[in-house]
Amino acid sequence: MRQKAMFIVPYALWIILFVIAPLVLIFYQSFFNINGQLTLNNYAEYLTSGVYLKMTLNSVWYAFLITLVTLVISYPTAYVLNRLPNKQFWLLLVILPTWINLLLKTYAFIGLFSRTGTINGFLQFMGLGSHQLLFTDTSFMFVAAYIEIPFMVLPIFNNLAEINPSLINASYDLGATHWQTFRRVIWPLSMPGVKAGIQAVFIPSLSLFMITRLIGGNRVITLGTAIEEHFLTTQNWGMGSTIGVVLIIAMFIIMFMTGDKKQKGGRH
Amino acid sequence: MKKIFTAFLAIVVICILLALGDVAFNQQKTGGGKQTLTIYNWGDYIDPALITKFEHQTGYHVDYETFDSNESMLTKIRQGGTNYDVVVPSEYTVQRMKKEHLIAPLSHQKLPNLKYIDPQFLNRSFDPDNRYSVPYFWGTLGIIYNDQKVNGKDVQHWEQLWNPRLKNNVMLIDSARDVFAVALITQHHSVNTTNYHQLKLAQAHLKQLTPNVKAIIADEMKMYMEQNEAAVGVTYSGDAREMININPHLHYVVPSEGSNIWFDNMVIPKAARNKKAAYEFINFMLDPQNAAQNAQYVGYATPNKAAKKELPKKVTNDKAFYPPETTMKHLQVYRDLPLRVLGEYNDLFLEFKMFAK
Repeated sequence: MRQKAMFIVPYALWIILFVIAPLVLIFYQSFFNINGQLTLNNYAEYLTSGVYLKMTLNSVWYAFLITLVTLVISYPTAYVLNRLPNKQFWLLLVILPTWINLLLKTYAFIGLFSRTGTINGFLQFMGLGSHQLLFTDTSFMFVAAYIEIPFMVLPIFNNLAEINPSLINASYDLGATHWQTFRRVIWPLSMPGVKAGIQAVFIPSLSLFMITRLIGGNRVITLGTAIEEHFLTTQNWGMGSTIGVVLIIAMFIIMFMTGDKKQKGGRH
Repeated sequence: MKKIFTAFLAIVVICILLALGDVAFNQQKTGGGKQTLTIYNWGDYIDPALITKFEHQTGYHVDYETFDSNESMLTKIRQGGTNYDVVVPSEYTVQRMKKEHLIAPLSHQKLPNLKYIDPQFLNRSFDPDNRYSVPYFWGTLGIIYNDQKVNGKDVQHWEQLWNPRLKNNVMLIDSARDVFAVALITQHHSVNTTNYHQLKLAQAHLKQLTPNVKAIIADEMKMYMEQNEAAVGVTYSGDAREMININPHLHYVVPSEGSNIWFDNMVIPKAARNKKAAYEFINFMLDPQNAAQNAQYVGYATPNKAAKKELPKKVTNDKAFYPPETTMKHLQVYRDLPLRVLGEYNDLFLEFKMFAK
């Protein structure tokens, strides 16, 4: 018994120091105004100023779009990957870009999208003229989705790999078409993977800020931009923390919405 | 069980060893404190040859550490535990550091070379009588334009940025004070205004600029302007100099109706360990020969009158970087505003950015 308790100590220590303590600190900071006085004003301002609410809606909307695009691309990818020979190798290729630093990848996209970049060079060569690609919603979504794709593919892939093939065979044996099998068997069984993927993509997307500036040219503003500004420029840590708390709450809502509700037998 | 305990113990031991090693290393590095001079400056903001020269001349060992924003430097010094001997903050940060008692007053007797500084850069509002700081470089906020995309005549003044012909062709620096300075100047208000109504007016004016705004970015602007991504950018003279060196089609203008003038200044923190070396170093950097060499390397405008004479005429006659008297009169220095007002600038700026579509 005591042995077991000892096993927990390192983990507990880790969780307390690096998960719980920062959360508590953010929560604590959010109750202070710029002069260090205890106040609820930060929350009041957040809820009444309109700017922050609009920004939150903006963030949620973009995060939703990014997640949707990522899902639409990732699900078929994961599905096809699962059927390929050497699937581990192909999966490795999908994961490989995550080994490269995020900023580096973003800068690479600047090289591709800029006026004198590769894509415009190609368009001009084809006689289509040069276009404004950077600093548009499309380019922002493109880069954000590109960066998030591995995090969506991975859980879906793992989930699809776990599906018992005999269930699928049984479906075919019972006369279901490909579509019916997919809709009635594979899709429901892969839901946990999809949910995990959504969690892994939606939450970070809410607070993207480097890409909003580098690719979006600050024409896309998310809560991440506001947090950065409050901590680095205005030094209003209270307001920055308040937005942080809002993000944490948003995270819990997403977790709750996509979480595995205790499956009590399920529908038959 | 035993294994876990051993592993746990090993981690603890390693941590302790690392901590001890760090302390020992630091002691070695500072070597009793008298032989080392620690400089905390912006990245790539001094000619390394001058550091070597200083080391040879005086026998001190120089540690050169860098920061990338006034705010991050301030946070580090505020937290204590640092022993920088010379730091180079911008003027509004000098004011803040003064207020927070982080820097020591200077003894001008120990800085005989101070006489070489152009009087117009001394005794400025952010530090009366230069009690705490000595100017290092200065520069301006201005307009950089690409002569392939726009006629120089069309971008001599701030108000011209609002011209519909520049639709989606203007890049702004991602800084609340600088962007508001542009709008405030066009409305003949002070760039240090604390009047919320004036700020609101400025914001309204900025919102009319949105169709022309291509992006609001930071350092990346250099790269974009060099690559002909946009016709016009609002940026600092120092960055402009770098861009022009790479793309000769770029030109820099300081609007004659006014702009911001900034100073980077040498100060000695209260926590300095080697004040004697710090004075020697500041004096060394004020020497006309050294200041000129440094200005040639860094490319910013020097406040050192004697050094300016040493520089090639081509550099000092460049009106973009050494603006004429008539423009200089209209340049304004940022004052360190109360955090509350700074918050207002930034909130309004954030709102403007959200609008920037």
